[in-house]
Amino acid sequence: MAVVHALQRISDTVWELPVTYKAGMKVPARIFGTEKLIQEMDEAVYDQISNVATLPGITRYAMCMPDGHSGYGFPIGGVAAMDVKTGVISPGGIGFDINCGMRLLTTNLTWEEVKPHLNELVDRLYQRVPAGVGSTGFLKLNTAEFRTVLEEGARWCVRNGYGWEEDLELTEESGCIPGADASKVSQQAISRGINQIGTLGSGNHYLEIQVVRPENVFDKKVAEAFGITIPNQVVVMFHCGSRGFGHQVASDNLMIFLMVMENKYGIKILDRELASAPFESPEGQHYFSGMKCGLNMSFANRQVILHRIREVFSQVFGCSAEDLGMHMVYDVAHNTAKLERHRVDGEERALLVHRKGSTRAFGPGLPGLPARYKDIGQPVIIGGSMETGSYLLVGIPEGAQTFYSTSHGSGRTMSRTRARKLWHGQTLQREMESRGIYVRTASWPGLAEEAGGAYKSIDEVVEATEKAGLSRRVVRFTPVGNVKG
Amino acid sequence: MGHRFIEEEATADIAFEADGKDIHEVFRSASDAVINVMIDNLEEVQSRESRVIQLSNEALDLLLLELLQMLVYYKDAEQLLLRVKDVEIEKFNKEWHLRAMAEGEHIDRERHHQHVDVKAVTLHDLRLEQTDGGWRAHVVLDI
Repeated sequence: MAVVHALQRISDTVWELPVTYKAGMKVPARIFGTEKLIQEMDEAVYDQISNVATLPGITRYAMCMPDGHSGYGFPIGGVAAMDVKTGVISPGGIGFDINCGMRLLTTNLTWEEVKPHLNELVDRLYQRVPAGVGSTGFLKLNTAEFRTVLEEGARWCVRNGYGWEEDLELTEESGCIPGADASKVSQQAISRGINQIGTLGSGNHYLEIQVVRPENVFDKKVAEAFGITIPNQVVVMFHCGSRGFGHQVASDNLMIFLMVMENKYGIKILDRELASAPFESPEGQHYFSGMKCGLNMSFANRQVILHRIREVFSQVFGCSAEDLGMHMVYDVAHNTAKLERHRVDGEERALLVHRKGSTRAFGPGLPGLPARYKDIGQPVIIGGSMETGSYLLVGIPEGAQTFYSTSHGSGRTMSRTRARKLWHGQTLQREMESRGIYVRTASWPGLAEEAGGAYKSIDEVVEATEKAGLSRRVVRFTPVGNVKG
Repeated sequence: MGHRFIEEEATADIAFEADGKDIHEVFRSASDAVINVMIDNLEEVQSRESRVIQLSNEALDLLLLELLQMLVYYKDAEQLLLRVKDVEIEKFNKEWHLRAMAEGEHIDRERHHQHVDVKAVTLHDLRLEQTDGGWRAHVVLDI
């Protein structure tokens, strides 16, 4: 870990690489974080975020959030807003896992009520929400039905009995982004995703039962508005994306972009993973329409998982999910590119905002918020490591500096390969159980790679996020049960 | 022939190097590396099913990427773990052409010790180079 010499301190939580740092940078790169987090960032982050700063049409800054770490193409935690007329769209700025995101739901149960049933709940969730390599879900759809899911997202699920109408209001884009066109995706993408609705996946994807300790409520009024109302309340948080479908859409379009980028459009890039096409080009629009199918597939995936969670709690406690108060707080995407309007130098502009491992965090009053959160701001769900904790934050007006983008998780400090040498899955599981966290996993080495020690401190990341004015803390959650992919 | 996972790279993902004495062997070792990321006990993959994979690309490293992507595809679309047995690579009409015979079986959660799922093969720092002893591939997988 090393800080490059060119990095300039703008404030305690804002750092800048000037355009002179690398040939071709069109804007400076801004990295958000405390000095400690900046020290911990791997050098590849600086290289990658300055590469992003060379992309055509990038506006204001290439930005990296406090949980940033090295990825491929963009760093994870990377944000780039492109002018829609002169800018590009880049799959590497979204990630292969299109609309990887977080969903949070409440219960009206306390930890005292859930504790005797915890292991049964986790065991049943592990059975009902498949995880791991090549896992398939319970929904058996034909191609025509799957195409409808791609265009309708979570709306299809609710219409078919997998959820409640209110779930849609509490999902980003109401669970269905307009403009998704299933004719723009390959048969391979469909074949990869058609059996995967309702599955968690693997790696850092998880489903967690968490408790809100009274001392961890930082803003009681906003917490209540988000449904966190009783001491030691139990909530459920999960993290997953568009599964093989989204991965294939990204892979297909990267190859298309590679072919046309330089020959047809004269775009030169510093890393092939940044392959791009002008947003308004036929190739750019083709990807944008297919990528929206990935967004909808992911909303549908999380909607069906929510349905399964409600079923499991209902079976274990012998009453309905409605009676258990299993309402959604929100569903946020953290791997996307979305058309938004933002003010730049006093002028409102249409921008394509890429967020790769970054959560949208709209402040109060912005269009696109659910009516019930209009005056409060958008809930921001930040998942920490399985051993430490997670957070609920809220979008604030100061977030305009990052086009209302904020952190999305802890951010890793150690490679999977190294973590696997330091921890052992079964031992870690026993240690966690002795500390009050019951875990089920599809993969022992996969569990070892997700050890809390392989991540930055979630508390440090969230503190930096708040200090930098990207969003504000509302509640911290303590994990008690976890299903790991 | 073989592969090794790299500790110092790809914080959130997995990077590996694969070696081979010739181009065919490096394609086979890189293929095994991808399956080995998903399951620990590669030797447990039995040859019960086979698939013929045919691809072409102007660039040899992209041809490798496409082959590895096909293995990821079969894992999701058919829940098949495949090992590349025979591979033929030829260049004609300015393009590289590949024909591979891949053999394997459906994922068995009891016998195949799961590690992590591979989402995609990235272009980030993708390299396929001739070395003193043959060929080496450097690949970063999205996890």
